[in-house]
Amino acid sequence: MNRMLKGLLFATTVLAPGMAMAQSANLTIESWRNDDLSIWQEKIIPAFQAKNKDVKVTFAPMAPTEYNSAVNAKLEAGTAGDLITCRPFDLSLAMFQKGQLASLSDLPGIGNFSDTAKSAWTTDDGKTTFCVPMASVIHGFIYNKKAFQEAGVQVPKTEDEFFAVLEKFKKGGTYIPLAMGTKDQWESATMGYYNIGPNYWKGEEGRKALISGSQKLTDAAWVEPYKTLAKWKPYLGDGFEAQTYPDSQNLFTLGRAAIYPAGSWEIAPFKAQADFEMGAFPPPVKKAGDTCYISDHNDIGIGLNAKAKNPEAAKKFLAWVASPEFAELYANALPGFFSLNSTAVKMNDALAQEFVSWRQNCKPTIRPSAAIVGRGKPNLDLEMWRVSANVINGTETADQAGAETQKGLDSWYKPAK
Amino acid sequence: MSDTDMTDTGIAPVKRPARWHILVFLAPAFLVYTAVMILPLIETLRLSLFNMVEGQLAFVGLDNFVRLFSDPRLSADFWNALKNNTIFFIIHMLVQNPVGIAIAAMLSISGLRFAAFYRSAIFVPTLLSFVIVGFIWKLILSPIWGIAPTMMDWVGLKWAFAPWLGKPETALITVSLISVWQYIGIPMMLIYAALLNIPEEVLEAAECDGITGWSQFWKIKLPLILPSIGIVSVLTFVGNFNAFDLIYSVQGALAGPNGATDILGTLLYRTFFGFQNQMGDRSMGATIAAVMFIIILAGVSLYLFVIQRRMRRYQF
Repeated sequence: MNRMLKGLLFATTVLAPGMAMAQSANLTIESWRNDDLSIWQEKIIPAFQAKNKDVKVTFAPMAPTEYNSAVNAKLEAGTAGDLITCRPFDLSLAMFQKGQLASLSDLPGIGNFSDTAKSAWTTDDGKTTFCVPMASVIHGFIYNKKAFQEAGVQVPKTEDEFFAVLEKFKKGGTYIPLAMGTKDQWESATMGYYNIGPNYWKGEEGRKALISGSQKLTDAAWVEPYKTLAKWKPYLGDGFEAQTYPDSQNLFTLGRAAIYPAGSWEIAPFKAQADFEMGAFPPPVKKAGDTCYISDHNDIGIGLNAKAKNPEAAKKFLAWVASPEFAELYANALPGFFSLNSTAVKMNDALAQEFVSWRQNCKPTIRPSAAIVGRGKPNLDLEMWRVSANVINGTETADQAGAETQKGLDSWYKPAK
Repeated sequence: MSDTDMTDTGIAPVKRPARWHILVFLAPAFLVYTAVMILPLIETLRLSLFNMVEGQLAFVGLDNFVRLFSDPRLSADFWNALKNNTIFFIIHMLVQNPVGIAIAAMLSISGLRFAAFYRSAIFVPTLLSFVIVGFIWKLILSPIWGIAPTMMDWVGLKWAFAPWLGKPETALITVSLISVWQYIGIPMMLIYAALLNIPEEVLEAAECDGITGWSQFWKIKLPLILPSIGIVSVLTFVGNFNAFDLIYSVQGALAGPNGATDILGTLLYRTFFGFQNQMGDRSMGATIAAVMFIIILAGVSLYLFVIQRRMRRYQF
């Protein structure tokens, strides 16, 4: 009896997975996109498996803030999945340099991406690419069309118009002018500073000058956006200091707020929640006629675990991710995640089209803290979260915010001369 | 019966069997405790003496500790966390324990109606998961959906409401009070048990001497429950300097706003496991854990070797 039980246990625990393996390869995708779980399970993975019956793909997301430390620990312990979702720039580069990600320079289909698209997952010398670019996200403002009609206001193009619109909503009293809180800190930087900032530091020009050391975070171009952020304070909802990210999302989708400082990734969830028409506008420029800059940030890619158990199956999956077929599927399943594939992708979502249309007139840039200056300690991105929240809370001035971040940067970063 | 018979049996030494059962009964607890507490503790202390040098884990002596206290950023974070932790502890000592003792004293008054109900009701939060407590209080205090602003409005106190969890001046106090609310059942129960242990005769004798009511509490009961208060204080100290869960569930790992609620536990978490774009640094995390261990060890030793020895105990 006992022996039979042991035999049964052995068969079910040790042998069974092995037998399953023999029939099909199991791939696990490590990701931080837990919001997208159902879309992967219902749309993307079935589309792949329809053609590759022998490969079983599992999408295994976790909390975004814990993703990098968790996936690093898994990679070191050798328990990570075969496919690793890649954060852009320095974080994934560090993984590649540690030998945790495999080179994908010779992956079939990698040629479908421009150098700009690949820049987020390519070594500094431009020779090796280690993740397949999946999507970029664009920052801007999403607004409630109904609220705008009721108040009789137009979409603001300049900063003065923007504040005039906010003032009008504040006087009207029906809507909270801006749906944003500072409790979780990251929105203040990601939807605030990185959103409106490129108009001040002139996008790539300023970002590259920061890397080369010819500009500093204490320069006017980097401090002024904080000053503008500080002016948002009176237009945020009551008690915004304790308002979390989901609070802000709900305030807007319940129709209680007029404008939501956004990233394009909000489109899909907002469409599912809100029952009013939504529009979007790019960050307003200072004076009419100024060149506009937008944050068009390479946000998500996917790479191969260097110690993958099923590298062949994983490469098959990656090649599919690099194909135009995936690009169209992904961009439409998740409107707001814009394909980086060189093949033009037809998007059906009007709001997503609106975001993408800004690329025609505005100059795109990426988040300033993402590449090269984001490698050290203190982490510039986290520092910018903190000071942006402080500036909006009014506990710190714009100049202090600039000085503090520059001090943190100076403590480890020496620009190449 | 002769005398010799008696002595014969007395001389032969009684051979006692080896008492293996003691070891056997101790073994499970000892093994489990060693595996999940002692070994990790030793391993953490060991790791705090190592660091990555050119990609290899190498022995660096007290280098990590030197860096923790000399690096301007790390030391600023550390001292901020220690300061907040101390305030966290002081609020518990000033609010949780005195109020806990007061409730226990009231509950021990004989003839109090619904005493059993109050006792359980006050103790229930202690049994709740910190996730639930954190979530409930975040909702109650939310300026948008919370019930706190509405209820304060009913009594005309709306003006006094503020987003307490989001303001640097009030966040730490608010979180401390949430923690007090959750754990007040523990001092209450321990003190209540101690109060029930006081023999009736002592109290009756006091009454005969004309000591009743408040003065009976101050002069008779309080000295008798002092050892229990000491134990409660030590438990509070250890619990507070190990705290992490409630702050994490209410304020997140960043322990905002602007680090106002950052205590040693959250600092350790961020350092060891990393957060968002900041990678975890295990050696530095272990170093902070070691410092926490030393702080707690020092506090507990101070109590055991200095305070407890001087405390007067009464035998009944």
